[in-house]
Amino acid sequence: MADLKTVGTSVPRKDAIEKVTGSAEFIEDRYMGPMLYAKMKKSTVAHGKIKNIDTTRALKHPGVKAVLTGKEYPNRIGLYLIDRTFLAVDKVRFWGEPVAVVAAVTEKAAAEAVDLIEVEYEELPGVFDPREGMKPDAPIIHEDLANYEIVPIFYPEKGTNIANHFKVRKGDIDKGFAEADKIIERDYYVPQMQHVPIETHKAAVQWSLDGKLTVWSTAQSPNVVRQLLAKSLDMPMHKIRVISSYIGGGFGCKAGASIEGLLVPIAQKFPGHIVRIVFNREEDMQGTFTRQALYSKLKTGVKKDGRITALQYEMVWDGGAYTEYGVNIVRAAGYSSTGAYDIPNVKTDSYCVYTNNSIGGPVRGFGMCEMQWGIERQLEEIARELGMDPLEVRLINGMKKGSTTASGQVIHDLDYDKCLKVVADKIGWGKKEESRDGKYRGKGIAGLVKCPAQPSNAASSAMIRINEDGTAHVMIGATEMGQGMLTAISQIASEALHIPVDKIDIKVPDTDFTPYEWQSVGSRITYTCGTSVKRAAEDALGQIYRVAADLLETPQEDLSFDGKKVFSAKNPDLTATIREVADSCKKCTGEGIAGPIIGRGSFVPTNMTNLDPETGQGNPGLFYCFGATGVEVEVDPETGVVKILQLACSIDAGKAVNPQLCTAQLHGGTIMGLSTALYEEVRFDKGIMLNRNFTDYKIATIDNTPHMDSFIVETPETNGPYGARGIGEQPMIGVAPAIANAVSDALGVDFNTFPLTPERVWQAIKNKK
Amino acid sequence: MKKQVIIFQLNDEPVEIYVDPAESLLTVLRDRLGLYGTKAGCSKGECGACTVLLDDRAVNSCLVPVGKVQGCKVETIENLSRGGKVHPIQEEFVDKGAVQCGFCTPGMVLSAYALLKENPQPARDQIKMAISGNLCRCSGYKQIEEAILSAAKKLARQGNSIT
Ligand code: FES
Ligand code: FES
Repeated sequence: MADLKTVGTSVPRKDAIEKVTGSAEFIEDRYMGPMLYAKMKKSTVAHGKIKNIDTTRALKHPGVKAVLTGKEYPNRIGLYLIDRTFLAVDKVRFWGEPVAVVAAVTEKAAAEAVDLIEVEYEELPGVFDPREGMKPDAPIIHEDLANYEIVPIFYPEKGTNIANHFKVRKGDIDKGFAEADKIIERDYYVPQMQHVPIETHKAAVQWSLDGKLTVWSTAQSPNVVRQLLAKSLDMPMHKIRVISSYIGGGFGCKAGASIEGLLVPIAQKFPGHIVRIVFNREEDMQGTFTRQALYSKLKTGVKKDGRITALQYEMVWDGGAYTEYGVNIVRAAGYSSTGAYDIPNVKTDSYCVYTNNSIGGPVRGFGMCEMQWGIERQLEEIARELGMDPLEVRLINGMKKGSTTASGQVIHDLDYDKCLKVVADKIGWGKKEESRDGKYRGKGIAGLVKCPAQPSNAASSAMIRINEDGTAHVMIGATEMGQGMLTAISQIASEALHIPVDKIDIKVPDTDFTPYEWQSVGSRITYTCGTSVKRAAEDALGQIYRVAADLLETPQEDLSFDGKKVFSAKNPDLTATIREVADSCKKCTGEGIAGPIIGRGSFVPTNMTNLDPETGQGNPGLFYCFGATGVEVEVDPETGVVKILQLACSIDAGKAVNPQLCTAQLHGGTIMGLSTALYEEVRFDKGIMLNRNFTDYKIATIDNTPHMDSFIVETPETNGPYGARGIGEQPMIGVAPAIANAVSDALGVDFNTFPLTPERVWQAIKNKK
Repeated sequence: MKKQVIIFQLNDEPVEIYVDPAESLLTVLRDRLGLYGTKAGCSKGECGACTVLLDDRAVNSCLVPVGKVQGCKVETIENLSRGGKVHPIQEEFVDKGAVQCGFCTPGMVLSAYALLKENPQPARDQIKMAISGNLCRCSGYKQIEEAILSAAKKLARQGNSIT
C-alpha cells in the first residue's frame, strides 16, 4: 500500500475544536421551539399483571398536557425479535419498566404528575437466574413468544423462556475428546455491567400537520430508528426524518431504537410542539440495555503437547425482560465460541433466556468479553495442568492464516502470533518478578478476536458533492459518538479523491439528506462506510477525469489529478484547475460539458452467509480483528487490592487510518475493560437494580487508571479500505481475563468470575490457606 | 422557594436574572441563559460534566443553587475561547487527542484551567487529583493527562500563565 498521503496520518479530529470549546451540538444543546417534557411512570414490581392504571389525578395536575398508557398505545417494536412495546400493556416484565408517560409544560410538572398515577399490580413469581428460567416449571415471561415476529436466523423454543438457542456442531466432538490426553472443565460467570456513557439517552419528536414526523435522537443509528418506527407506526419512510447530533458516548446502549417511539402519540396530539425526554442517570442505568450476564460451562480436551482437540461450551445468557437485540449477541458468541483459537471439534449451545432483570443488550464487545473470559481463563488452566507456558499454549492453538472459526469460516488476514508476542515482550513475559514487601507479583496474557455481528445484508452508502471551487462534502449515515468516524471517513475520501482532508466537510447524519447506513455498531464503520466512501470518491474522481478529458481534448488515461488541478502527463500545457472542472464545465465556445459532480458509492457484504440451523456452520464474519492484552499486577494479600504495574494492548487494525485516533480507541477500550475487571458489576435484588448511580456503580477515574502501552499491528484486510478493519470494541475484550490470569499467577488461586474487587481477592486468598 | 433577583458576573459580563434561588446553576446556565457548553451527566455531583468556575474554582454547577452565586464570578467553557481564539489548554486537548465523544470535555478543560491557574507546573499526581472528579468513559484518561501536562509547559513557554 505504497504512497498513501492521508490514510495512515494523524490528522486532527474534525470535531475537536467544536468539542473543546463547548460549541459541539448534542441533542439537548439548543432551543428547539415550544416544548413539552415527558417523564415515565415506572413499574414497581419485576413481574406482574397490570390490574389498573388510574391517571385521573395526574391529568388534572397543573401543566400536564397528556398521559399515555400501554392500553392506548400497544404498538410493538424490536430489532431482531419483535417482543417489546413502548409501554407495558397487560403485564410488566422488569422493575422500572415504563407503564405510562406524562407530557407537561415543564419537566417538574411532568415528574410531579408521574407520582400521581396509581398503578395496581398483581405480582407474579419472577425469574432472576436464567438457569432457573430454562427449567420446565419456570414461570413464563413471554406467553406469546411463539407468535412474535422474528428474523428467521434465531430459534426461540415455544412455551419456554428460551428466546434463542444457537448451536454449533463442528467436526466430531466425541472423537475430539477421545483423542485428548486431558480433559479440563470449569464453570464461569460474568455479571451484568452498564455502559454509562456520560451523556444519557435523549429523544425529541415533532409532528407536523402534513403528517411528517421529525425525530431527534441520541440513537447510534438514525436509519434503524426510522425503519423500526416506520414498521411500528405503519408509516412510510419518507414521512419520518431522524436527525443525529453528536452523541456523548454509545458503547452499544444507544444501538437499535428504544425511547423515540414513546413520544410519538403525544406529539401527534400537539402538532408543532417538540416533545422531549431526557433520561436521568438512574433511568439510563436501569431502563436501557444492560450487558447480559453469562453463566457458562466450558470443557476442553487437550493433548500432552498442548493442542486442543475438542471444545464444548454451554452458555446460558440472562437476556433480561426483552431480548429483541440480545438474541443476536447469543448467536454471535455461539458462532465465535472458540475465541482466537483453531479447534477442530466443537459443540456449542448458546441460550438466550428471558428473566425479570433489566433488558439485556449490546455492549462494546457484543458478547465477546463474556464468552472469551471463559476461553482465556481455561487456557490458563490447561497450561497449568500440562505444566506449559500459557503463552505457548496460545501460540500453538492460536488462529493462523487458513484457520477455521467455530462456524467453519476460513480466516486469511491475520497475525495473531504477533499480537500476542508484542504484548508479551512489553511486559517482560517469562521473567518472574519476585514478590516484594509481602506483596505478590504476577503476569497474565489474554488474546481476543471479534468480527462485526451484523446481518449479512447490512448495507452502507455515501455521496460526495464536489463544490464549484473544488472543495467537497462527504455525506454518510454513520454517527459520531466519540470513535472518530468523521475524521477517519474523510481521510479515506481524501485519499481516494486526492482532495486534501481540510478541504473536505463531513457532518453527522439526517435521514432526509444523508444516504443509508445500517448502524454504527460492531466496529464496522471504518470498513463498511469507509468502503462506500472510497467508492463514491472513485466515482467522483472518474467524473473529474472524464470532464477534464473533454475540456482539454486529451485522452483520460493521460490525466492526473493532484487535488488542485488536472493535468496531462504527456503535455504539461494541458491543465485545468479543479475549479474549472467542477464549476458546471463548459468549453471556450460556450458549449456545456457537464454539470456538478456528485460521486456515489455503496456497499453490502458479499462474503457472508446464513448459518446452518443445526450445525451453525457458515460465514458470519465480515472480517475478523485479533489482538491481545498483557498485564503485570501486584497483589496485597492483606487487603486484596490489585495494583496494575504494566498494561499493554495490541490490536491488528489492518491499516490504522488515523494512528492517533486508533490509539485513542485502544486506550479507551482497555481502560473500560480494566474498569469492568476491577470495579463494575450491576447488582440486582429480585430484579431491582441496586446500584444505579456513579456513587454506587464505580467506574475507573483518572486516579485509578494506570499507565498503558498500545501497539497497532497492521496485517492488511484484503477487502478493507486501504487494508483497514474496525477496532473500536476489541481492546476491551482481553482485559478482564488478562488481569485475572495475572492475579492467578501471583497468588496461585483461580477466579471464575470478575470484577476482582479487594473483597473477592482477599476471600480467595483466605480460602486457599 | 420564592423567586429573587440574582446578579452575578458571567463570562465577564454582568447578568441579572429573576429565578428561584434553589434552582441549580447548571439549569440556569443551560435552560435560561442558553450556554449549552456546560453538560449534565448526572445532576448529582458525581461526574464533573457540569464543571464551571465559581470565583476561579472548579465546581459542579449542578450542585450549586443559583442563589449562592449572588455577587460572584462565574465562568463557563464559552469564556475560554473568547475573542475567537482557543485557549492553549484547548489547543493541547486537540493536539494530544484528548477528545473523543466530547461530552466530558468542557468540564475537563475547565478543571484543568482551574488547576493551572492555581498551580502552573503540576506534577502528574496533582493533575490526577485535580480531575479525579471528572469522569470520562471514552478516553482512558491518558491523553487528557498528557494534554494538561503539555498545556502547562506551553503556557510557561509563552510566559502567559493563567491570570
Ligand atoms: S452533572 Fe454535575 S456532577 Fe454530573
Ligand atoms: S470523551 Fe466521552 S466521556 Fe470523555
